[in-house]
Amino acid sequence: MIRNILIIAILAGLATVFVSLFWNFGSSDTLTPLATHYANNGVEEVGAPNLVTSVIVTYRGLDTLGEVTILFLVAAIVSFFLKTENTNKEENSPKRETSEIILTASRLLMPIVMVLGIYVFVNGHLTPGGGFQGGAIVATSFVLMLMANPRFQINHRIIATVESVSGISFVFIGVLGILLAGGFLDNKILPLGTFGKLFSAGAIPIIYSLVGLKVGSELSNILSNFQGIQMKNYKQ
Amino acid sequence: METIALITAFALILIGLFGILSNKNILKIIIGFSLFDTGLHVLIVTVGYIKGGTAPILDKVVGTSNAADKIVDPIPQALVLTAIVIGLGVTALMLAYALKLYQAKKSLNITDFKELKW
Repeated sequence: MIRNILIIAILAGLATVFVSLFWNFGSSDTLTPLATHYANNGVEEVGAPNLVTSVIVTYRGLDTLGEVTILFLVAAIVSFFLKTENTNKEENSPKRETSEIILTASRLLMPIVMVLGIYVFVNGHLTPGGGFQGGAIVATSFVLMLMANPRFQINHRIIATVESVSGISFVFIGVLGILLAGGFLDNKILPLGTFGKLFSAGAIPIIYSLVGLKVGSELSNILSNFQGIQMKNYKQ
Repeated sequence: METIALITAFALILIGLFGILSNKNILKIIIGFSLFDTGLHVLIVTVGYIKGGTAPILDKVVGTSNAADKIVDPIPQALVLTAIVIGLGVTALMLAYALKLYQAKKSLNITDFKELKW
């Protein structure tokens, strides 16, 4: 009883704060000076039509490197937590067969979903989307595959190789930026090219593709760890 | 426009906090955290909204010359992308931890875990 009253009191307190924030909020009419700089000079400095991408990959590229590192850390901790002893993986079987609709649909959809993910991260500097979104879509195709076939084993060696190679190349491109251009993760190590074309904006398509591959393989790794635990529970 | 987004954001935050505080099941608490997270993301994007602005992607309509007058602030959107990824990582870690807790005590009720209570 006291607990419920306390919960309601906390929520009511927060709600009053929110109401006063709400009444005093008005969207501004003009951009902040920093955003104005990005809007006016982003095209000459970075050459990407998608300004969010130029902020993420070039202006705040170090942030993105940290973000990818955190994702890697999460994947590592999850696989440490959920380590399974794969003794006899053949004998365990799901309680129920997968329905035919999901089986057929996943066979049809999986390649399409994967191509969509690759499209999203390759075109990250031109259209909405980018490495993180594309990587998540690629991982979705693995979810579909796991739903259709719960015994499916993702090849950990391939995933680990893709993940480490793309991570190391990301840092390597960043260091190349110090040597050949203005600083760490500068995208001008390649020519900026024609504005709005696929091969433009310097190193951004390469960096974002690497981020996409890395995110996709990390998310698939986390998924396959959770799936491994599920298989273990079937056995018991 | 920003009114709807603000109300949604605040409502999501309050619903999430209510879920975190009132539920006993660990999985439901994790869902509460996810809702709270989503509300914060909507809130940050709303703060970057400019009246009548469009997405910060340059094309035929929003050229390089008039970009500063037409787009919304790209920086909160970039920050929210980071926040979404971190939120996903936190959720994955919480789920893995919940699995471990379930394996230890065969229970997901948070009142069964008293070791750190004083």
